[in-house]
Amino acid sequence: MSADRLSRTFARCAAQHRAALVTFVTAGDPDLTTSPLVLDALVRGGADIVEIGMPFTDPMADGPAIQAGNIRALGGGVTLVRLLAMVADFRTRDADTPLVLMGYFNPILAYGPDKFARDAHAAGLDGCIVVDLPPEEDAELATALTGHGLHLIRLATPTTDVRRLPAIVSGASGFLYYVAVAGITGAGSATADDIGVAVARIKASTDMPVAVGFGIRTPAAAAAVARVADAVVVGSAIVELIGAAHTARANDLPGQVETFVASLATAVRAARLDDAA
Amino acid sequence: MASAASLRAGPDARGHFGAYGGRYVAETLMPLILDLETAYRAAQADPAFAAEFDWLMTHYVGRPSPMYFAEALTKHLGGAKIYFKRDELNHTGAHKINNCIGQILLAKRMGKTRIIAETGAGQHGVATATVAARFGLPCTIYMGARDVERQSPNVFRMKLLGAEVRPVESGSKTLKDAMNEALRDWVTNVHDTFYIIGTAAGPHPYPELVRDFQSVIGREAKAQIMEAEGRLPDVLCAAIGGGSNAIGLFHPFLDDESVRMVGVEAAGHGLHTAEHAASLVGGVDGVLHGNKTRLLQDADGQIAEAHSISAGLDYPGIGPEHAWLHSIGRVEYQSATDDEALRAFQLLCRTEGIIPALEPAHAIAAVTRFAPQMRADEIIVANLCGRGDKDIFTVAAALGVAL
Repeated sequence: MSADRLSRTFARCAAQHRAALVTFVTAGDPDLTTSPLVLDALVRGGADIVEIGMPFTDPMADGPAIQAGNIRALGGGVTLVRLLAMVADFRTRDADTPLVLMGYFNPILAYGPDKFARDAHAAGLDGCIVVDLPPEEDAELATALTGHGLHLIRLATPTTDVRRLPAIVSGASGFLYYVAVAGITGAGSATADDIGVAVARIKASTDMPVAVGFGIRTPAAAAAVARVADAVVVGSAIVELIGAAHTARANDLPGQVETFVASLATAVRAARLDDAA
Repeated sequence: MASAASLRAGPDARGHFGAYGGRYVAETLMPLILDLETAYRAAQADPAFAAEFDWLMTHYVGRPSPMYFAEALTKHLGGAKIYFKRDELNHTGAHKINNCIGQILLAKRMGKTRIIAETGAGQHGVATATVAARFGLPCTIYMGARDVERQSPNVFRMKLLGAEVRPVESGSKTLKDAMNEALRDWVTNVHDTFYIIGTAAGPHPYPELVRDFQSVIGREAKAQIMEAEGRLPDVLCAAIGGGSNAIGLFHPFLDDESVRMVGVEAAGHGLHTAEHAASLVGGVDGVLHGNKTRLLQDADGQIAEAHSISAGLDYPGIGPEHAWLHSIGRVEYQSATDDEALRAFQLLCRTEGIIPALEPAHAIAAVTRFAPQMRADEIIVANLCGRGDKDIFTVAAALGVAL
């Protein structure tokens, strides 16, 4: 079953005594031809899990970098149908790397939650993170996803208090995504100490792996989070690199992505070894 | 208190009006929205909150606004008697101030120290800057860069009132993008900031509390028309962007079955074109800005750009309570084009000596269509929700006049 890809990946990383590296890119960014090459580059660079962003005209939780990525991708003609085709195509080359869709609810609602879950499963997607769908509103999508063996990955944030955490954890699956900064993507960053405290608090109420994202832009920052979390998510820094390489008409855009992701992967893999040394 | 069978009983405990409404926000904002609801319930139960609101309505805003029999327009159209609820005479020149007073009192109760808001035409921005100045809180207003251009008098007003105006360059550079940017600010400044949403939309409890604060319009209108005519009106009519002035007028009358209600959306260049802002008539169900409602969007769920000559109606969504009232057929939703609104704008200037905002000019345009079909003993109450000073440059440009 496709949903096992996530648990297999987390188990493998745990066995290697390291955090997983999760990388985010926007589907169709910078265009439909280059985007699949970028997905492959992420995996070659050492990403353990790939988050694939569904572009939206009104990305309310995203900062300038991912907003720009959305505009490039929508301008290039990406749709949810094309995103799923891209996922299915990726699966012909890579049967193992978990693919998680991240986006806003309206494109999924327009597609139809149940039809989406069925087609997403058939394409080889493993789960979904829907930014503007808190537990209070996610029942319809949760039922559809679970029915087709996909994970609904929920978010916890610095404002999530002890009263809310149990409601978030119950019904979540795959992993829990801790948003380290109260803010938009690509802006600000939390200290590793604060993140460590928050992850410990979440871990006290769930056995699920905890991934940490928002504000992690460099190999050093990724390594610091990798010491305290099960997975480290890097998004805006990669999307910015894609934007810059696209603007510069660089002909090795996927290569640049691979090099940067490799530097993150090396840092994440070495993080806990440094501790032991 | 409305009974369960009442059309005024909504929303339910989760903020839903039928299939619409709800709380579709990022997890970071959820605890804040729950706090806001708790604070609002406490305020509703506190007579001191209502007393302060009422005092400010009377002495600061200048309420009650008059109920004016528009005799000349009535004669000109030759049908039903037309009354205007004159919310354009409020302090700051529109109905927006009613809601801003209510929300800033909530902000104060919650101990918030910074105010943010979005604005389209600038009326809500001016009203927010006004109450922020009055209560001594710093204030940042997000406004689409295109709207900053076409509403420059209001931009200057906000600055005079001490607000910082941040032009928003993303997306269509209009109201929806200003709302995106205000939400981004809020999610970044969760601890000290209160977001004063300007229309009866957004995540629960905003649609409810904005409606409640704006319902002062309908409560006054009911008492005033009873005094003037000894009976309820036959038709209520109001323009709709997000829908706050309309829901404010309609809500106290929802259970009065004899009262027909007409909401008027902006048809821009026409409903047969892609350039309009009629999300009820021309949109489909979707989720944006924290609520499920009717939206202008493409088949892939991407939000379309709205168009209206009126910056205040230039929004691809609508408040969830209107989406529900539309779905059950209680309120009739019509539309008026840019050209019809311009004609109504000029008609009102010449017949009544009132320069209306372009927003209520859409409502007047609808009135010119149905008033002549009605009997002379029938009564229409139209909401004149804003004055037109801010629009004279837009109107001059549309009429080909160089100022």
